[in-house]
Amino acid sequence: MHELSLAENAIAIIEDAARRECFARVRIVRVELGALSCVEPEALRFAFASASLGSCAEGARLEILAVAGEGLCEACGARAPMETVYDLCPRCGIRPLKVLCGAEMRIRDLDVE
Amino acid sequence: MCTTCGCGNEGATIDHHHASHPYRRLRRAVMPAAHVAAPDAGDRGIRAEGASASGDAAPSRRVRIEQDLLARNDAAAASNRRRLAAAGVFALNLVSSPGSGKTSLLVRTIERLAGRLPVAVIEGDQQTSRDAERIRATGAPATQINTGKGCHLDARMVGEALAGLPLARGGLLLVENVGNLVCPAAFDLGEAHKVVILSVTEGEDKPLKYPDMFRAADLMLLNKCDLLPYLDVDIALAEAHARRVNPALRMIRVSATSGEGMDEWLAWLEAGAQAAADAPGRGVAAPA
Repeated sequence: MHELSLAENAIAIIEDAARRECFARVRIVRVELGALSCVEPEALRFAFASASLGSCAEGARLEILAVAGEGLCEACGARAPMETVYDLCPRCGIRPLKVLCGAEMRIRDLDVE
Repeated sequence: MCTTCGCGNEGATIDHHHASHPYRRLRRAVMPAAHVAAPDAGDRGIRAEGASASGDAAPSRRVRIEQDLLARNDAAAASNRRRLAAAGVFALNLVSSPGSGKTSLLVRTIERLAGRLPVAVIEGDQQTSRDAERIRATGAPATQINTGKGCHLDARMVGEALAGLPLARGGLLLVENVGNLVCPAAFDLGEAHKVVILSVTEGEDKPLKYPDMFRAADLMLLNKCDLLPYLDVDIALAEAHARRVNPALRMIRVSATSGEGMDEWLAWLEAGAQAAADAPGRGVAAPA
């Protein structure tokens, strides 16, 4: 997936927050990234370093908080860990699990000065 | 630059080309806000380049954000969706690998719908206006978006392109995304449905290799079915793989060349256009 677009979106969100919250520089950016989000963490890190150049987040550390995939079987009600978005229910094997968590790609918070 | 596919968003151009204007090209950076320095950075003595935390004892504080990385695109997509709903237009986002036959299928679709449904087209490619020219040759209005290094359309590009297109109530808007089975999956453009096109020459495994796209789509067109007699491909297996990834996915086998399946595809389009025309302002269902 296009991690650069996401990194540019992250910078835009951070710049908005900088105006709103009156900070000039970001030290740490914490991003929640689900295992099922199809974002490659290292690609996002690389893209973020590039997209942040000239912004208040230039030089900031990107902390990626991994969120494991978990799903619910709508046929039998089982909850199970998910490796792919089309994992079948390990109990009844009938349908793909519905994703409960692991699809996240969001900025949680920033350390700023 | 994106390490996955080499994309970048700057330098996208939108070529509005319609009968009342000579050829013109608007060139603009699509995401100018991304590289604006903090307004007061200079006041606080931050160096213009290479600013780092080393040796700086300024106190830090935590700011909660809790925002999805796609929030801006999703807001622009919601705006497009409202606009299309108000106009009573049935909008589709056509996604596939490069070379699946999207443009040929579009051309054939528009030819078959002539006199039945007004169709407008937005074409997305990294370079050239060749696809938009092919569409215009059918008589349908088309706007070409060149994404430059970008590997997908986003909602803002489509919003800008909409401004130059005639949208008729009860009509169709077909957005042909950049040929790419990965990136366009995440970017809602404001369409009623994503339609994924898989050509039978691509083999059976694409739905499992690129599950996000097949999950995001509501309809799959299996194109180039006229070639099946010459191929060692199990088309039922390709469909089973797609169904495994997305049990609700509807599928139609088509061929732009032979016309196979086109009646069913056109009937699906006409039913969607009728529903969109009958429900002004209430909006067409967003993809799940």
